[in-house]
Amino acid sequence: MLFKMIRGVLYHQRAKMLLIAFTIVLGTSLATGMLNVMWDVGDKVNQELKTYGANITVKPKDASLLTDIYDVGEGEQLSEAYLNEEDLPKLKTIFWAFNIVDFTPFLEADASLPDGTDAKIVGTWFNHHLSLPTGEELDAGIAGMRSWWDVTGGNWLDESEPSAASSVMVGTLLAEEKGWKIGDEITLAGSAKEMTATVAGIYDAGGDEDLEIYAPLDLVQALTDREGKVDRIEVSALTTPDNELAQRAAKNPSALSSRDYETWYCTAYVSAICYQIQEAIPNASAAAVRQVAESEGTILDKTQLLMLLITALSLIGAALGISNLVTASVMERSMEIGLLKAIGARDRSITFVIMVEILVTALIGGVAGYFLGFGFAQLIGQSVFGSAIEMKLKVIPIVAALITLVTLAGSLPAIRMVLRLRPAEVLHGGQ
Amino acid sequence: MALLELKNVSKIYGDLKALNDVSISVEKGEWVAIMGPSGSGKSTMMNIIGCMDKPSVGEVLLDGVDISKEPQKVLTDIRREKIGLIFQQFHMVTYLTAVENVMVSQYYHSMPDEAEALEALDRVGLKERAKHLPGQLSGGEQQRVCVARALINHPELILADEPTGNLDETNENIVLDLFRQLHREGTTLIVVTHDPEVAEAAQRTIVLEHGRVAREIINENFEA
Ligand SMILES: Nc1ncnc2c1ncn2[C@@H]1O[C@H](COP(=O)(O)OP(=O)(O)OP(=O)(O)O)[C@@H](O)[C@H]1O
Ligand SMILES: [Mg+2]
Repeated sequence: MLFKMIRGVLYHQRAKMLLIAFTIVLGTSLATGMLNVMWDVGDKVNQELKTYGANITVKPKDASLLTDIYDVGEGEQLSEAYLNEEDLPKLKTIFWAFNIVDFTPFLEADASLPDGTDAKIVGTWFNHHLSLPTGEELDAGIAGMRSWWDVTGGNWLDESEPSAASSVMVGTLLAEEKGWKIGDEITLAGSAKEMTATVAGIYDAGGDEDLEIYAPLDLVQALTDREGKVDRIEVSALTTPDNELAQRAAKNPSALSSRDYETWYCTAYVSAICYQIQEAIPNASAAAVRQVAESEGTILDKTQLLMLLITALSLIGAALGISNLVTASVMERSMEIGLLKAIGARDRSITFVIMVEILVTALIGGVAGYFLGFGFAQLIGQSVFGSAIEMKLKVIPIVAALITLVTLAGSLPAIRMVLRLRPAEVLHGGQ
Repeated sequence: MALLELKNVSKIYGDLKALNDVSISVEKGEWVAIMGPSGSGKSTMMNIIGCMDKPSVGEVLLDGVDISKEPQKVLTDIRREKIGLIFQQFHMVTYLTAVENVMVSQYYHSMPDEAEALEALDRVGLKERAKHLPGQLSGGEQQRVCVARALINHPELILADEPTGNLDETNENIVLDLFRQLHREGTTLIVVTHDPEVAEAAQRTIVLEHGRVAREIINENFEA
């Protein structure tokens, strides 16, 4: 009987029920799409932004002081100041170690080539394997921090291969000029000694690097007799957007009240991370590479906020739509509901029938909306990030709960109307 | 013992007394007609007796229970268990067939039983039309389905507000015959009507005027 009544209403009011289902499809699909993208966007945006490279540069204190005072360009350091290679793993011991995504050291030198010309050679890590005292294992280096480099010949140097120690990567313009090919042996003369290295990769960086040679750090250290030394370190870290407190702290952390200091220190502001790097690495001066560091956190926060807003608005919209439609449906049936009440149907059994109708409709709309929304997410993933959005399972129960809530909330006014409806009024009406 | 007793019942809307100090009593198994001009309070009284409205003043005893004091939920239960309602307009659930409309009443009362519902339709002469939707039935036929629905749960009291108001002679007679049968079976009937012929079929007629009982007429010629 109940089934017949529910089926009857669903069929009889199919136009309205279709509209309700459609409203729910819209709400669900937007919510599903946005939530899926939102949870995936964190990773996606981080990946995107990481390709812009470092957001913190660490230099020796004396060097940065001198560069600041005399305003000389990079690489034209006035004094011979260095950081120690052995201090690098300490980056992963700071309070915000987890936010440090990648880092790599640099040591620059001029190498004389057999043809009598000079070329800039940069020693660095490619995918340097580190076993930290904490037990953590990681690979750090420019392979991750220069991911936009287009390796047009050969491959990225792989430091896990023994041959990597005597291999180099050469910029595409330099390789062209000198006629170097993959596998060629080239002779490099530094201030200390002369070495031969194999060309293992040719890259197109789209910048000055295309005229340079990138070599393993050890090789450049040996070439110039600067064992264990590095010029600077680039760090890629996830940061929280700066606020007024972060700006005050950046000027002078010691001027903060101890309470503010605590808050600042324990928030992933770029200035706090820089400060902690300076604490960890002796004689170091860490500074934010401004724009990127700021945009990283801001963009992420803003995108996610936007998506949450869209989700919330679409759900509110759906609730309003449902509320209108269900109220209209109940109004249209007021005579019938009055009749059922007169026959002796309890309020709760009438409410039950109406809720079942709506929830069945919502279920159908919800399932359809979920898949539509997943398609939505893929569309956004493809067009905005150029990659698929991962299907997050946790979205299903959350969307289901949200839609149920929205449907119930949307049905409330109608249910109130049902409870208030007095059979005597509707049944004698119109006489 | 009286099945129904109204004691000094008034129903007041603003400064309009739709019912003004009405006291009546209906015996178990009695067949009573209510007459009176339009606006005299007939429907108001039926709504109160049918547990769909409460009096402003006074007591309404149904089977010894003062229904003017009971909460809504109990009134719904009483209505379901004891009362069969018939209205002037033939209210049916439009998307259910004739027999299903009868079964709705069974459903809320106890258990839907199609055979019994068909039997009830047979009593009103509509067994052949059981599978028809309300839209496929004439007004008279719809009203007969409503009568079948009202009697399906064997209520003690049948309340009919102008049951024949929209019927032609033939259908009116079918309904009156059904009332006679119900009366013979011991059902108490209260029928509101404008039609003297319908009133004359009852044992007693109560005439309302301006919310008051103007007079009562005992039908000397009543034949069961
Ligand atoms: N809900 C209400 N609010 C205000 N006044 C009402 C209400 N219901 C009924 N009335 C008034 O109460 C009076 C009695 O109405 P009632 O419906 O009982 O008359 P009736 O005798 O059934 O008339 P009819 O023969 O036309 O059906 C009327 O004047 C009517 O306008
Ligand atoms: Mg009336």
